[in-house]
Amino acid sequence: MVFTEGMLAWPPDPEAWSIRWYRNMIGDCSADVVSSTVPCSTKWMKGTVNSFYIGIIATVIATALGTLAALGLSRPHMPYKGLIMAILISPMIVPLIITAAGMFFFYARINLVYTFTGVILAHVALATPFVVITVTATLVGFDMNMVKAAQSLGAKPMRTFFKVIMPLILPGIISGALFAFITSFDEVVIVMFMASIDQLTIPKQMWAGIRQEISPVILCMATCLVLLSIFLLTTVELLRRRSEKLRGIKAR
Amino acid sequence: MLLRSVDDSQINSVFPNTFDEYKNWDKGADELPPEEVYKSLFFELANGDKRQIGKALTRMNYAKSGWKSLIKKTTREIKKIVKKGEEPVSYKDTFININKLWADPTYWYSFNQMVKDRSSIYYWNALDRTFDEEGDVVLQDEKRRMYIKTWVRTFKVSIYVTIFCLILGFPVAHLLANLPLRYSNLLMIFVLLPFWTSLLVRTTAWIVMLQQNGVINGILVWLGIISDDGRIQMVYNEVGTLIAMTQILLPFMILPLYSVMRVIPKSHMRAAQNLGAKPSTAFLRVYLPQTIPGISAGGLLVFVLAIGYFITPELVGGKDGKLIGSWIAYHLKTTLNWGLCAALGAILLGIMLIFYWLYNKIVGIDNIKLG
Repeated sequence: MVFTEGMLAWPPDPEAWSIRWYRNMIGDCSADVVSSTVPCSTKWMKGTVNSFYIGIIATVIATALGTLAALGLSRPHMPYKGLIMAILISPMIVPLIITAAGMFFFYARINLVYTFTGVILAHVALATPFVVITVTATLVGFDMNMVKAAQSLGAKPMRTFFKVIMPLILPGIISGALFAFITSFDEVVIVMFMASIDQLTIPKQMWAGIRQEISPVILCMATCLVLLSIFLLTTVELLRRRSEKLRGIKAR
Repeated sequence: MLLRSVDDSQINSVFPNTFDEYKNWDKGADELPPEEVYKSLFFELANGDKRQIGKALTRMNYAKSGWKSLIKKTTREIKKIVKKGEEPVSYKDTFININKLWADPTYWYSFNQMVKDRSSIYYWNALDRTFDEEGDVVLQDEKRRMYIKTWVRTFKVSIYVTIFCLILGFPVAHLLANLPLRYSNLLMIFVLLPFWTSLLVRTTAWIVMLQQNGVINGILVWLGIISDDGRIQMVYNEVGTLIAMTQILLPFMILPLYSVMRVIPKSHMRAAQNLGAKPSTAFLRVYLPQTIPGISAGGLLVFVLAIGYFITPELVGGKDGKLIGSWIAYHLKTTLNWGLCAALGAILLGIMLIFYWLYNKIVGIDNIKLG
């Protein structure tokens, strides 16, 4: 569908290959791009900017909170560990539509519906479980004696965290952050209910497009998103291997 | 949200006096309420805040359709009377003069279910039931029953998706666990890639593939298996929902299965065959029982996720492939019947929590792994 008839012909017709829809996607509405059936607007670009804005802020908050939660939960004498873990993970399991409905009622009362703050906070809640899971996985086999060693040498807790713990679990934190980012970046349901036109994101724009008609522009965006996810997946895979090397676990 | 699903106090705050008088009325069969009820209703309609009344009317219409237009008409007439400064001799007769329906006792009976400010009406509505005049629970009219059907369909689709995921995921997980490292790493990436790809992108891809002039139909026509006008309708119905959801939830089945299969020693199968078991017997009696933890973990996870699925069924499902999530969204966004929306959500949440609890008991929530 990104392709036109000419591309499938043999011998290939060079005329048929074009980046017309890509130009439409980035908001270039010059004469040779505009067509009667596909509307041209800067919405896609606006959506991209918003998606990154919301995604990045949500990722930063979720990563910070998730890492701290994972550190606390992996202490051996943490009380109510199972319960806290179950509650933290629940946004991942509870149907999004229920989360969205509940948050909508709650936000309506405290005036957060249709604001960036509201959307970002909702995304933080959804993304934190992923950080908790990945960081907890890195902390398995983490030698707690190193913390004791650092403290016995006089390091304050903050210094211990940044100089000793953080470098060792960094791969886990980063891959958790990437998970968090892709979660927020992909999220449709929350955005659908809680965002107005000002908080338009890529998924919301795609959703609106798919419901009417699948235009070539949507497929262009889809291609871009697939490329992005391939990139992120590669990064995570590399990080995982590095983390296993760091912790001295043999790769499987 | 849970409070919202039983909250029914809106009308009470709009018509407080009427309800007080109504409660005092000693109801008999086919009788109309006494003068006082009409009188307090008269003043509350004449002086009430228009927006508040409007909201209450929507709720009253859920109890018995016809209320909304009746009260609107009556309010207009009452305001006229008040403007003229007339004092009606009998409020009851004034009402009945305005509209004959005020002499119909069934309307007054429907007040019964609105008097209390906590009500389970939304929960009954979510299960296709409603209150009759005596306040007993009865089935809705034939043409208004749709939730039971949707609940049944939601479960049916979830169960099918779980089964299909198991059938498709089992061999893949087995390959992942047993292939040499080089190939299994590559295969793992193919399993994980959809996991990372946007849900919408995958759904779009399925629509493009399955639609009537889409890729699959095109190939089938080209191969001559089906005729050009016999193209199969595969999307915008239950089949489309099933296919797309199975593909989307497949990684959630493969990963738990894989993590269990990885630690099953290969020597067990060899030992079984060595002792004379046929390959099928060895598989059924030795290998399969050891994968049960993985099957239950993956199955529960897929089932729980499938029950609450919303985006894919909404886009691919068309009219008869919609699941319960679509109704929740519909009431939240379109009809603004938030009570019913909250009730549907609460029931779904309850069902889901049971399975979540089961999952936690059987697998342990901290055993979820991402790639």
